[in-house]
Amino acid sequence: MDVISFKGIVFIASALVAVAASVLMATRRNPIHSALWMIVTFFAMAVIYLLLNAQFIAVAQVMVYAGAIMMLILFVIMLVHMEKGEETVPGQARRPKKTKLIAALITVILCGEILLGALFYNMTGRGGEHPAALVDAVGNVKTVGALLYGQYLFPFEIASILLLVGIVGAVVIAKRK
Amino acid sequence: MADYIWLIPLFPALGFIINSAFGGRLSKTLVAWVACLALFAAFLSSLAVFVEFLQLPAAARVFERDIYAWIASGELSVNIGFRLDPLSVIMCLVVTGVGFLIHVYSVGYMHDDPGFKRFFLYLNLFVFMMLLLVTGNSLLLMFVGWEGVGLCSYLLIGFWYEKDSAADAGKKAFIVNRVGDFGFLIGVFFLFVSLGVQGVWTMNIGEVSRNAHLLSVPVVTVITLLLFVGAVGKSAQIPLYVWLPDAMEGPTPVSSLIHAATMVTAGVYMIARLNILFSMAPDTLYVVAVIGVLTAFFAASIGFAQYDIKKVLAYSTISQLGFMFVAMGVGAYAAGIFHLMTHAFFKGLLFLGAGSVMHAMSGELDLRNMGGLRKKTPITYWTFFIACLAIAGIPGFSGFFSKDEILWKAFSSSHGDLWIWLLGAVTAGMTAFYMFRLLFSTFHGECRASEEVKHHIHESPRVMTIPLMILAVLSLVGGYVGVPHLLGGDNAIEQFLAPVFGPATQAKAAVNFDIVASAWAASGGGGHEAAMELTLMVTSVLIALIGIALAYLYYVKNPSLPDRFTARFAGLFRWVHNKYFVDEFYEMLFVRGTLKAGAFLLKVADGWIIEGAVNGTAALVKRAGERIRKAQTGYVQEYAFGIILGAILVVGYLIVIPMF
Amino acid sequence: MFEDNFTWLCYFLSGILFTIGAVGAILRRNMIVVFMCIELMLNAVNLVFIAAGGSLSSMDGSVFVFFIMTVAAVEAAVGLAIFVMVFRLQHTINADELNLLKG
Repeated sequence: MDVISFKGIVFIASALVAVAASVLMATRRNPIHSALWMIVTFFAMAVIYLLLNAQFIAVAQVMVYAGAIMMLILFVIMLVHMEKGEETVPGQARRPKKTKLIAALITVILCGEILLGALFYNMTGRGGEHPAALVDAVGNVKTVGALLYGQYLFPFEIASILLLVGIVGAVVIAKRK
Repeated sequence: MADYIWLIPLFPALGFIINSAFGGRLSKTLVAWVACLALFAAFLSSLAVFVEFLQLPAAARVFERDIYAWIASGELSVNIGFRLDPLSVIMCLVVTGVGFLIHVYSVGYMHDDPGFKRFFLYLNLFVFMMLLLVTGNSLLLMFVGWEGVGLCSYLLIGFWYEKDSAADAGKKAFIVNRVGDFGFLIGVFFLFVSLGVQGVWTMNIGEVSRNAHLLSVPVVTVITLLLFVGAVGKSAQIPLYVWLPDAMEGPTPVSSLIHAATMVTAGVYMIARLNILFSMAPDTLYVVAVIGVLTAFFAASIGFAQYDIKKVLAYSTISQLGFMFVAMGVGAYAAGIFHLMTHAFFKGLLFLGAGSVMHAMSGELDLRNMGGLRKKTPITYWTFFIACLAIAGIPGFSGFFSKDEILWKAFSSSHGDLWIWLLGAVTAGMTAFYMFRLLFSTFHGECRASEEVKHHIHESPRVMTIPLMILAVLSLVGGYVGVPHLLGGDNAIEQFLAPVFGPATQAKAAVNFDIVASAWAASGGGGHEAAMELTLMVTSVLIALIGIALAYLYYVKNPSLPDRFTARFAGLFRWVHNKYFVDEFYEMLFVRGTLKAGAFLLKVADGWIIEGAVNGTAALVKRAGERIRKAQTGYVQEYAFGIILGAILVVGYLIVIPMF
Repeated sequence: MFEDNFTWLCYFLSGILFTIGAVGAILRRNMIVVFMCIELMLNAVNLVFIAAGGSLSSMDGSVFVFFIMTVAAVEAAVGLAIFVMVFRLQHTINADELNLLKG
C-alpha cells in the first residue's frame, strides 16, 4: 500500500500546512501575524523540497526566504509603525461585495485552469543527464555548484551584478536626506 | 539648308536664353541688339529657304527634318521635327520679317520703360513659340507653340502688371484662349484616335494629310468643328473675341506683333495647314465662313463708335480676321493666306503708327483729343495714310488684291454663298469708313489737345519711323505677288501655295451644292466669269470710295455731323459704343456662375468634407483617448488585477481551448 | 501509485498556492501584505520548477530556482526601500490611498 508511505504522509501533511498557513497569511489584519504565517509557509515548502530531492534548494529557501526576506519585511513593518495592525479609518468603506465575488471567480478560474493544464498535459521533452541516483552519488550541492560554475557561469555573474545593484539601489532610495 | 531648318526657330530661342541668363548683367543696348539680331538671323534663314524653294520644282518644295524622338509610347510615336513647305515658309517670312521691324521699333518705343529688358525677353520667346507653331511637323508640337504664344500673349498683355486693368486683361486673354484650346485639344485627340482605329497611329501632319481619306465625313466634321473652336479662341472670332480689345492694355508693339500680325493668325494658319480635313467636311467650312463674315460685320459695326484709337484698330483686326476665315470657309485657302500676309503689313503698320501718335501726344489715346497732327508728324501721317488706303481696298495697294480675291471667291466658289459676298462687301465699305474716320480725326482738322500736350508734339525718332516706312512700302507693293489673272497677272502666290492646297481644290470641286454657282457653271461660266469678277471688283472699289467719302464728310467737312447723329440715335449709339454689352453678358452668365460654384465648393467640399474629415479624425482620437484614460486610475492593485486577468485569458487560450 | 502521482500533486499544490497569492495580491489593502503574497506566488513557481526538474531528471530546475531566489531577494530589498520612501511622503501604505499614478 504505497499510498500510505512515509513520504506520502509527510507530503500531505506539509502540503496542508502550507495551504492553511498561506490562507491565514493572506487574511490576517495584523501584518506581523501575516509575516509569521508566511514563515510557517516557507518552512512547509522547504520540507516539500526535501522530499523532492532538492536539498540545496530547501536549505537556501530557509536561509534566504524565511531568514533574510522575512526579517526585512518585519523590520519594515516596524519602521512604518504598523505593528499594531491597520486601524480602520472611520470613513473608509469595506470592500464591496462585488469585489469579493470577482475575487472568488478569479480563484476558481485560475485554479481550474492550472489544474486542467496539469492533468491533461504530459511533460514532454528530453530527459536530463542527472537522474536521482547519480545526483545522490555525487551530492546535490556539488552538482548544483558544478552547473553554476560551468554551464550557467554567465547568468551567475549577472546575478551577482544584480545583487550589487540591488544593494546600492536600496541604500540610495531609502536614505534620509 | 534643308538640314538646317531647325535654325529658324533656334535663333529666337537662343536670344531668349542669352537674355534671360545674362540680361541682368548686359546693358540695355546689348540686350536689344541680341534680340534684334536673333530675329534678323531667323529672317535670313527663312529667306534662304525661300530662295532655295524658288530654285526647286514645285513638287519638291517640302523640307522635313526630325531632330529628336520625343515620345515613344506604345502606338504613339511623336518626334520633334520641323516641316517647311510653301505655306510655312511664307508664315516664317511674315513672322520674322515683321517681327524684326517691330523689334527695332520697340527699341525706340520702350526706351524709357523700366521693363525694357524683360520686354525683349518675352518678345523673343513669343517669336520662338510662333515659329514652333508654324514649322512644327506634328500636331503636338503645333499645340506646344499654340499654347506658348498664348502664354507670351498673357505675359505681354499684362506687361505693366502693376496696373489692375492690364493684369485683368492678361488673365481674360488667357482664360478665353483656354476655352478655345480645350476644343482644339479634344479635336486633336479625336483625330488621333479616329486615325488610330483605322490603323494609322500618328501625330505627324504630313501623315495625317495623306491618310485623311480613311476617315468618314461625320467623323471629320466633328474633328474639324472642334479644331475650329480652337481657332475661334485664338483668332478672336464670335463668341470668343472678347479678349482682343482688352488686350490693348499691353504696349503698342505687342498689339502690333501679336494681335495684328502673327498670333491671331494662328487659327487661320491651322485651318490652312489641315485643309485636307476641312475640305472633307463642307458643313464645317460653311460654319467657318458664316462665323467669319458675321464676326467681320459685327466687329466693324463696333469700330464705328469707339474713341480709343487702339480699340478701333483692335476691332478692325477682328473684322479682318473674319475676312480671312471667310476665305478659308469658301475654300479659297491661298486667298486667305494672302490676306494674312498683307494684313500683317498694313495692320502692323497701323498699330506702330498709333504707337507713334501716342508717343507724340504723350500717351493720349482718345481721338476726340487729337487732330491736326498732319503737319507736325509727317512721316507718321503718310505711312498711316498708306496703310488706311491698303485696308480700305483701294486699287494698287496690297489690301485691294487680297480682299478682292476673297470677295470674288466668296461669290463664285462652290462653297460660297451670295449673302456671304454681300455682307462681306458691306463690311469692306464699313472698314473704309471707320478707318478713315480714325485717320481724319487724328491727323486732320484742328488740334483738340490741351496746350501742354500740344507743346510736346514731335515726330518719333528714326529707330521708330524707319520700320514704319518699310512697312508702308510693303503695304504698297506687297499685293503684287497676287495679281489675279483678270488684271493680267499670274497670281504668283496662289501658284506658289498650290502644292499645299492642290488636293483640296480637287475635293472642293467634288462637292458642289450651291444653286447659284451650279447654275452659273451650267450657263457656261468661262467668259462670263471674267466679266462677273470685274463687275464685283468695281463694285467693291465703289463701296470703299463711298465709305471714304462719308468719312470725309463727317469728320473733315462737317465735324458737327457725328454729334448730331449720336444725339438722334442715342439708343443705337449707346448699344454700339458699349460693344453690345457682350462682356457684361459673359460676366453675368459665366464669371458669376463660376465664382459662385467656387464659393460653394469652398464651403462644402473643402470646409465640410475635407476639413471635416481631418478635424473629425483628430476629434475622434481625442475623445477616444479621454475615454480610455479612465482605465488609468492610479491604483496599483487594479493594474495587478488587469495583469492576472490577462494571464487567465492567455492560459485559457493556450491550455483549455485545445482540449476541446 | 502515490509515487506516480507525486509530481502531479506538486503541480496541484503549486496551483493552489499561486491562486491564493494572486487573489491576496489584488484584494488586500496593506501594501506589505500584498508584497508577501507576491513572494508566495514566486514560491509556487519555485515548486513547479523543482518538481519538473525531478520528473525530467534534470538539475536545471534547481539552478533556475536558485536564480529566482536571488532575484526575489533583490526585489525584496529594493521594493521595501520604495515602501519606506512612499510612507515618508504619503504617510500611508494603504493601497486605496496611493493613486499618484492616476492619469
